[in-house]
Amino acid sequence: MTLAVDLRIILPELIVAAAVIVVLVVDLLPRERGRRALVPLTIAGLAAAALAVLTLGERGAGFDGTYVRDGATVALQTIALLGAALAALLSQSYLRRWRLERGEYYALLLSACLGAMVMAAGADLIVLFLGLETLSIPLYVMAAFGRGNVRSQEAGMKYFLLGSFSTAFFLYGVALLYGAAGGTGLSALARAAAGGGAGVLLRAGVALLTIGLAFKAALVPFHAWAPDVYEGSPLPVTAYMSVIAKVGAFAAALRVFPGALAALGGQWTPLLSALAITTMILGNLVALAQRSMKRLLAYSSIAHAGYLLMGVAAGTPDGAWAMTFYLAVYLFMTLGAFAVVLLLERAGEEADAIEDYTGLGARAPWLAGAMAIFMASLAGMPPTAGFIGKFYLFNASLGAGQVAVAVVAALSTVVSVYYYLRVPYLMFSGTPRPGVAIVSAPGVRFTILAAAAAVLLLGILPGPLTDAVRTTATPRAEDRMRPIPGQPEIAKVKVTAAGEISLNGRPVTLEELKREFLRLKQVGGAVWYHRENPAEDPPPEAMAVIEAVAAAGLPIRLVEQDFE
Amino acid sequence: MLSWAIFLPTIGAALVMAVPRERTTLLRWLALLASFATLAVVVRLFFIFDPASAQMQFLERRAWVPALGIAYVVGVDGISLLLVCLTAMIFPVALLSSWGPIQDKVKEFAVAMLILETATVGTFLSVDLVLFYVFWEAVLIPMYFLIGIWGGSNRTYAAVKFILYTMAASVLMLVAIVALYLAAAPPGGRTFDLLVLQEAAIPLALARWLFAAFTLAFAVKVPVWPLHTWLPDAHVEAPTAGSVILAAILLKLGAYGFIRFSLGLFPEAAVAAAPSLLVLALVGIIYGGVVSWAQPDLKRLVAFSSVSHLGFVTLGIFAFTTEALQGALLQMVNHGISTGGLFLIVGVLYDRLHSRQMADYGGVAALMPRFAAIFVIVLLSSAALPATGGFVGEFLILLGVFRRHPAVAAVAVTGVVLSAIYLLWAYQRVMQGPLAAQHQERLVDVGARETLLFVPLILLIFWIGIYPSPLLRRSEASIRGVVERLERRAAEVRR
Repeated sequence: MTLAVDLRIILPELIVAAAVIVVLVVDLLPRERGRRALVPLTIAGLAAAALAVLTLGERGAGFDGTYVRDGATVALQTIALLGAALAALLSQSYLRRWRLERGEYYALLLSACLGAMVMAAGADLIVLFLGLETLSIPLYVMAAFGRGNVRSQEAGMKYFLLGSFSTAFFLYGVALLYGAAGGTGLSALARAAAGGGAGVLLRAGVALLTIGLAFKAALVPFHAWAPDVYEGSPLPVTAYMSVIAKVGAFAAALRVFPGALAALGGQWTPLLSALAITTMILGNLVALAQRSMKRLLAYSSIAHAGYLLMGVAAGTPDGAWAMTFYLAVYLFMTLGAFAVVLLLERAGEEADAIEDYTGLGARAPWLAGAMAIFMASLAGMPPTAGFIGKFYLFNASLGAGQVAVAVVAALSTVVSVYYYLRVPYLMFSGTPRPGVAIVSAPGVRFTILAAAAAVLLLGILPGPLTDAVRTTATPRAEDRMRPIPGQPEIAKVKVTAAGEISLNGRPVTLEELKREFLRLKQVGGAVWYHRENPAEDPPPEAMAVIEAVAAAGLPIRLVEQDFE
Repeated sequence: MLSWAIFLPTIGAALVMAVPRERTTLLRWLALLASFATLAVVVRLFFIFDPASAQMQFLERRAWVPALGIAYVVGVDGISLLLVCLTAMIFPVALLSSWGPIQDKVKEFAVAMLILETATVGTFLSVDLVLFYVFWEAVLIPMYFLIGIWGGSNRTYAAVKFILYTMAASVLMLVAIVALYLAAAPPGGRTFDLLVLQEAAIPLALARWLFAAFTLAFAVKVPVWPLHTWLPDAHVEAPTAGSVILAAILLKLGAYGFIRFSLGLFPEAAVAAAPSLLVLALVGIIYGGVVSWAQPDLKRLVAFSSVSHLGFVTLGIFAFTTEALQGALLQMVNHGISTGGLFLIVGVLYDRLHSRQMADYGGVAALMPRFAAIFVIVLLSSAALPATGGFVGEFLILLGVFRRHPAVAAVAVTGVVLSAIYLLWAYQRVMQGPLAAQHQERLVDVGARETLLFVPLILLIFWIGIYPSPLLRRSEASIRGVVERLERRAAEVRR
């Protein structure tokens, strides 16, 4: 593999990194001129990177298989770049009003985006860790960006301390997995998971890794930092954080769980399902009691982490693309809702109390209408994108046989309707509160308009984006694994305790099986694998079958029950 | 054609949004015209509909999310035709009725009403399950705002109770829809198309669960006792136009769902569950009647009478005879007209004295003679007097139920008696006797606009009461189809 090929694989990342430097340099220009160019430069950098992502398309792996540009990378990096661009648009007027506008802010914003992009493309635990740190450290600083504000300092400190702690968990997990798999590559992990079953080292490593990711994604019970940090951080930072951290964390989760650890589905599926269920229940119940808009959105984002996790927990391609779709939807509705909050100001402060929204519908009907759309979408009501996204997640959950997860998710959305719809309800009724002003901020207005249009459009015409994420966002642990378009042909392979191999119920020899795998490879099929007595040591035939699957580059899924 | 019926109100809503809010007269006319345009389409549909066919007619199919087999499919058969006609007829009346009482936020009100019309018409016409669910849920948002913003003193509580109650039941239906989609796996690939799913073979154990989830969602909407507790609050707190729509149309969504989905998709499970639903319907008939009798508040009385009347409808649906099902469908239309009318009547009184307590009225007939005549006609239709629509509907239901379950029919007849008691007694307390009301100068008789509201309702009451065959003829083939399918599938299970 030549160096040139490798660098092309990370072209979008290089563009973003270059944008970081340009932004820092431009900030040093004579003050006003430099400042004015910051947002356009940031957005130009992000747009160029997005263009690169989309034109490059799927390129396979590079850097010795540690970095992969596949369908999931394309979809998730596009989402990350879009989120960063909208966040940059949201930030400018706020930073000016609070005299916080510095080049560093945009440099940090771009760096965090870079981190999320690396996480979306990492095919190696060390690369994922690198991405995680590149994502997290700028966010710590951004949380503390309101220098004159004690709350912001507190938020930054809290986020930093707890975040470092969780990073340590992640790293410890990586170390244990290295011990279990003999390598840090996800493909090594996949081989270890498929071949030898789950040893203690592997299990402990996965558990620690899960904790690290769960913290970043603010999943219950690793969510305690989120409300305080969200409340204390400057508003645009909160908005950005709630989106970009999720993109990174869930991108990594997709690579690790349904990707690398597909063979251990039976082990982590219950774990993730339980996490999703507790997160949805707790996030929604606690949100009921919130009186601050920022905290409400914080708990809402916790609850949504639970919904997103449903897609990962399903462990199927359907779950993966449903999660990606929902991530895109979540980006628009959350940033849209934060944008509306950004437009309001009470006595020179952020208008944070939910009561501040009373009666705004009469003064700014379009603003209230947009907020109603965002809230309805967050609550998952049609005809908004939030409904379609949740629908896809239900579909994935039920398709994977996780009825309990789907039912809890459905019922928890009912709880969320109460607090979400209260906001537009207050906006359209009652008399306005004195002292609440609507500030002028063209960038924010544009974001609201774009996000509202996207939420409605994706709700009414979800087809194109669905097709896009379906074809691209199939998780692949290894570059050898190919996406499965449509319904894959399934080869059900069973190995008995005595070492007899059967294919779709018919006894076959290993050679026949290998030929069948080659044919399956052509049509984009997949293998379901079941072994009798999984508790025992595998017979040599079982290892031969696994090796044949790996050699053919077919996706494999371990099935615990016998096919009959 | 059907898409026009669904989306003309949305186009109207878009136009309304473009008009400045100060021009209330223009806003009102625009909304009314949009609803009349829908009515025109629907009336034409009524006449070009082929009564001989039990199939879905005027089918429109467009790909929506082809990757998952979700499509925009709308169609109409004899069952949905009547309900769409009812909807298109009630909306102009409700809009016109709001011209007096709604003075605040006229623009938002018009938009909410028109979106509600799109959602309700769409619910009746959807043939794709996802599309159906989208419209079904879309009904909730405008109704939530109608109750919550323009409602009475306890509106916040009522609005929240309404939306949480109905949504809690319907999200489980969504889960069931997806489960059905995954379980059915028809030969032509997975789909949400009702016409395909109807023929799919589902394991009975699963079908029972799915039937339960669908039926729960519909039972809350109907409402079937004991799931009715949202209804009195929502009805009483909603503005008059909102109550009319709630009673006349929203409750029918649930009953329609019973026929189209609970019976259509899971006939075996429906047959198994029918006895329990018949009992619940009976309890509802009697409970609703007795509770209505005890109400001092006229609007609450009408609200509880819906529980009783919809009990009859449920009874008719789960008796599984053609007559009973015909009667149930006709009774759904009748109830829409007569109870819608009763809510308008309550609205007329409330606009004058701002009280719904019957004790505050008395002898009103002397001051408002024209109103008294209207009241009597609407009331007698609700009490199922012969020559009014209510009689035909309830008679057919009782006839059909009697053929299969004579004892059930016998108990249900008490409901007819009860409704005569509480309605006539209410009339007596409000309209007759000595003049008890303070501010008698405010009790002016109904004017031209208010009279106009009742003209179409009264015409329909007599038309259905005297010559119901145009309606029965159009629905007969479809209803026969439903019953035959039920009998066929139930027989298969027994074998």
